[in-house]
Amino acid sequence: MQSSIRLYEFFLNKTERTQSMDIPTRQRWLGVLANSEAAALQTLLSPHLPPPEHVEWLRQPQTGLVMVEGRTGGAGARFNLGEVAVTRASCRWQDLTGHGWVRGTDPAHAALIAQADALLQAPDRHPALMAAVIEPLADALRARRELASRQAAASKVEFFTMVRGE
Amino acid sequence: MYVAVKGGETAIARSWDLLAARRRGDEAVPELSLAQIRQQLRLAVHRVMQEGSLYDEELAALALKQAAGDAMEAVFLLRAFRTTLPRLATSLPLDTSAMRVARRVSGTFKDVPGGQILGPTADYTQRLLDFSLAEPAATPRCELAEAPLPECLPSVLDLLAAEGLMEADLPPPDDPAPADLTREPLLFPADRPARLQNLARGDEGWLLGLAYSTQRGYAENHPFAGEIRMGEISVMLLPDELGFEIDIGAIVVTECQMINQFAGGPHAPPQFTRGYGLVFGESERKAMSMALVDRSLRAQELGESTGSPAQQAEFALCHSDSVEASGFVQHLKLPHYVDFQAELSLIRTLRAEHDRQQDAPHD
Repeated sequence: MQSSIRLYEFFLNKTERTQSMDIPTRQRWLGVLANSEAAALQTLLSPHLPPPEHVEWLRQPQTGLVMVEGRTGGAGARFNLGEVAVTRASCRWQDLTGHGWVRGTDPAHAALIAQADALLQAPDRHPALMAAVIEPLADALRARRELASRQAAASKVEFFTMVRGE
Repeated sequence: MYVAVKGGETAIARSWDLLAARRRGDEAVPELSLAQIRQQLRLAVHRVMQEGSLYDEELAALALKQAAGDAMEAVFLLRAFRTTLPRLATSLPLDTSAMRVARRVSGTFKDVPGGQILGPTADYTQRLLDFSLAEPAATPRCELAEAPLPECLPSVLDLLAAEGLMEADLPPPDDPAPADLTREPLLFPADRPARLQNLARGDEGWLLGLAYSTQRGYAENHPFAGEIRMGEISVMLLPDELGFEIDIGAIVVTECQMINQFAGGPHAPPQFTRGYGLVFGESERKAMSMALVDRSLRAQELGESTGSPAQQAEFALCHSDSVEASGFVQHLKLPHYVDFQAELSLIRTLRAEHDRQQDAPHD
């Protein structure tokens, strides 16, 4: 209850807060964090986490559903394809608020993302965390996707239509 | 109807024990882990996610394990579980053109831009039972191409659309939020978004049968598989507390774009028309079936006859849900004792009357 009131207060004050980082930079790290393995994130982030008593949980990790929409024909009218399980968490560290949203049901993953998001907004912590956490995770993600893509590309075919009597 | 009965608690508890023991089987055989199910029975996991209408490999693997491999029972378990979770948000519509493609083929153009990518398909296997799989073996090494695929592969149907030969499929004015069958009952006439939601979570066997019926003449589809693609797509969300879009992780989907011949009608020139299939996970059979049934259900809109089962939305959509269907079929097992006593008494009366008439001397 207390935490939901704090969260509400945060929303009210949101517009008054200055953005400590530009949106594309924050979108990128949130995307990298959500697409990385929780265990890898745990390993890289652990040395940088503040003591638990310095982190206030505005929203404890909560698992719920996100309805995923598609479009008819790929680009037409919206329709509901089905739901995905997601977990979210929000925390405050010093005067910075971190939000974690991740597909799946792992509360620890969402909590790690929220803390990383708060820490990454601190100008004095940002460069070190980008180098130690985000870039290694981004590299691993890029490598995993490139491997999958090159494996798929290796199964590219050329079909020939046969002409009778040829 | 059936009436409530009391009693049987002990017997029920023992049936649970028997079920659990049968699920586990011989304890001398190692127990399955969820990771094994996710990894090695991934298509079963995908089917449960599709029809359970909830994408989560871990939950679907658990449901499969609990159901001892019964896909429909696992779907039921997943559907029941989802009712315990709050709806936190709605995603931005998936951008299938940005799919990280693992497979992409076209049945209509051999030279599609970006090429045809077979990926992990069983299409070219000979369906000979592989006895080598009976023993553990090393994972085969996959070849790597020099370069990865392009980031974005253009949709095959866009080629026809550019020529004006493919009907347009654009968002309606104001791009309205679609009907949601998890919140409102299916009403008729059902619009195309409601139909597609129903089909996306519908039973694969039912859709396959309906789709097959359209090919055997019970519809006017004349289909070609314009494009089938499968791969990962990022789920994008716009949380209120952030105010900007974020990527919350990727899901695997299969998309099928059917191209269907159309001679034209009062409101449209001769052109190709679309049938669309999009499903969670890897399942071409389901995505293609969905696309065929989507197209046949557009019969009325396109001025075609509507006499076939696959053209009748009420028939096709009201019987597509395996949870509803198996519930109603299987509820016959429940006590109908009072009902049946009434029927029995009626039949006895009628039979006595019949026998009396048979025995009566004829004039």
